[in-house]
Amino acid sequence: MNAPVLMWALNLASVAVAVAMVLCAWRLWLGPETTDRILALDTLYINMVALVVLLGLRWNTAMLFEVALLVSMLGFVGTVGLARYLTRGDVVE
Amino acid sequence: MNLPVWIEWTAAGLVVIGAFFLLVAAIGLVRLPDFFMRLHAPTKASTLGVGGILLASMLLASAQGRPGVAELLISLFVFVTAPVSANLLAQAALHLRVRSQAPVHKDMDLS
Repeated sequence: MNAPVLMWALNLASVAVAVAMVLCAWRLWLGPETTDRILALDTLYINMVALVVLLGLRWNTAMLFEVALLVSMLGFVGTVGLARYLTRGDVVE
Repeated sequence: MNLPVWIEWTAAGLVVIGAFFLLVAAIGLVRLPDFFMRLHAPTKASTLGVGGILLASMLLASAQGRPGVAELLISLFVFVTAPVSANLLAQAALHLRVRSQAPVHKDMDLS
């Protein structure tokens, strides 16, 4: 069980990250250009990494950091693949 | 577990700062008027936000006697890959001729 100060900070940070994810989803829905949507997806992945780390802090377990590492890697690969597809027309030559 | 008080307060402050910067990045992503301005907002503040939260996690892990290698790995990966993906997105936007609201110098006008 965490200390009250830390628990309060984790609650506040979780709510803030959730609001940030909702705003990113709004840009993903709205985005006039395709690159806007890719940028919103990339920011959603980064927020997801932060949320997984916050959950790992809350439950006081070291098991979720591999999950966060995997999420960040998948987000990077997805962003690079989509951007290269928009630039070149194919992902792997 | 009984951690020292200053470690708890420092970790709480770092978590709140990180979440604040993530929220600022998302607000900038929604409110800025142009794709290239929107590209500027999250790629800086997201690394700062994730960096703050991971710093708090590293502090708590080292206070409990566990080496924070995974957190260090995540923060290194995020810091390295965020400029690369931003650069590739900017290249894609330039290739697609996404409209920009920035003022164009008369010698630079390609149209």
